[in-house]
Amino acid sequence: MCLAVPARIIEKDGDRAVADAMGNKWNIRITLTPDIEVGDVVLIHAGYAITKVDEEEAQKTWELFEEIAHFEEERLKAEQQGGDDA
Amino acid sequence: MLERIEQARKTIHASCEKVGRPIQVMEVCGTHTVSIFRHGIRTLLPENLKMLSGPGCPVCVTDQGYIDVVMDLARRDDTIIATYGDMIRVPGKGGSLESLHRNNIKVVLSTDDGLTLAKKHPDKIVVFVAVGFETTTPPSAVAVMDGARDGVDNFCILSGHKLVVPAMQALLGSKNDKIDAFLCPGHVSVILGSDAYKPVVEEFKRPCVVAGFEGIQILEGLAKICEQIAAGTAEIDSVYGAAVTPQGNKVAWKIITDMFEPCDGAWRGLGVIPSATMKLKDQYKQFDALHRFGIKEVPTEEPAGCRCGEVLCGLIDPPQCSMFGKKCTPDTPVGPCMVSTEGACSAWYKYGR
Ligand code: SF4
Repeated sequence: MCLAVPARIIEKDGDRAVADAMGNKWNIRITLTPDIEVGDVVLIHAGYAITKVDEEEAQKTWELFEEIAHFEEERLKAEQQGGDDA
Repeated sequence: MLERIEQARKTIHASCEKVGRPIQVMEVCGTHTVSIFRHGIRTLLPENLKMLSGPGCPVCVTDQGYIDVVMDLARRDDTIIATYGDMIRVPGKGGSLESLHRNNIKVVLSTDDGLTLAKKHPDKIVVFVAVGFETTTPPSAVAVMDGARDGVDNFCILSGHKLVVPAMQALLGSKNDKIDAFLCPGHVSVILGSDAYKPVVEEFKRPCVVAGFEGIQILEGLAKICEQIAAGTAEIDSVYGAAVTPQGNKVAWKIITDMFEPCDGAWRGLGVIPSATMKLKDQYKQFDALHRFGIKEVPTEEPAGCRCGEVLCGLIDPPQCSMFGKKCTPDTPVGPCMVSTEGACSAWYKYGR
């Protein structure tokens, strides 16, 4: 539940912003990170940016998410096939 | 990457060999629990190093009494219950929110959505189910701040927000002193700052190392912990790079302490812990669901036979519960540790068997 996802700030208006994570766009609040600028990468939790992170770290996490998504897909497929065989 | 994994693995094995005796490291973060299983990290560890899943999943540590209050509020005709998805299937005395099949129960992604619901439905009182640790508390605080500013008088929160560090202290102090070190939660520590673990390190002499949720960070965190145990030191360390600073996110922490204050509250498995639950300050009490509805949260018994409490204290592994995998599965969960995808029982069921 305390998982946060990295995303890039692409628009900013007061303490609200639009962030992009792997092509998904979210309306978020930057109330907790007032110094954030457009272009920065932040960690987002429950609709709030909680800290700035560096590009490289974010990249690794995005890759990991893709891996997990892929892994889950494979697992579901395997489970379904297992079910068919039984 | 492989090199880093191998390096960490070597350090862990060499240190554990040097120590010789059994070592128990507790992770205090549901995300770590799942990640450790998903990456098969246990299989890389030496036999005398055991991982325990601690009270790190907010849904799991929420007391039954809290859930019963949510259920009572959900059964009223004048309320809308706004909740994060995690809470919807947790069973209380009379079933779960999901099992009520009422259309006044709304799953939301943020506290903002809860406040928006209140503005849209002035004839109802929106109750936000505010659970979670330090990472999840600031959004609740901001929602109340916004609500107060905009004069939204039909919005309130049922605060079950918890503080991680006092729980670690309570655990060591009275429940389980066989924990040698803590792998500390990454995203909670972003808010809290790594200095917050000082009491655990100073008072209890247990190493505290903050790690993110990637497999390599968990391994490198464990390597740091094992090195410390082998050297007989107890310090705060972090392998989470720039995201975690010693002081944490001060803006977020100020917002939390402007709106909330610590109080004694019940935790599942740990009982009542002093100053480890957050409640709204007196000047915001009209936003406090307990005050608003004139109700009290009464700590209640766990479901009969469920051993979540012992699981959360690291006293047993889930398979030692007689219901595990039989009466209790993710489809038919008996206790919250099986409901939550981050719960230890659920993780063991999915990956650990
Ligand atoms: S297996 Fe089920 S009943 Fe047993 S401790 Fe876990 S959640 Fe509770």
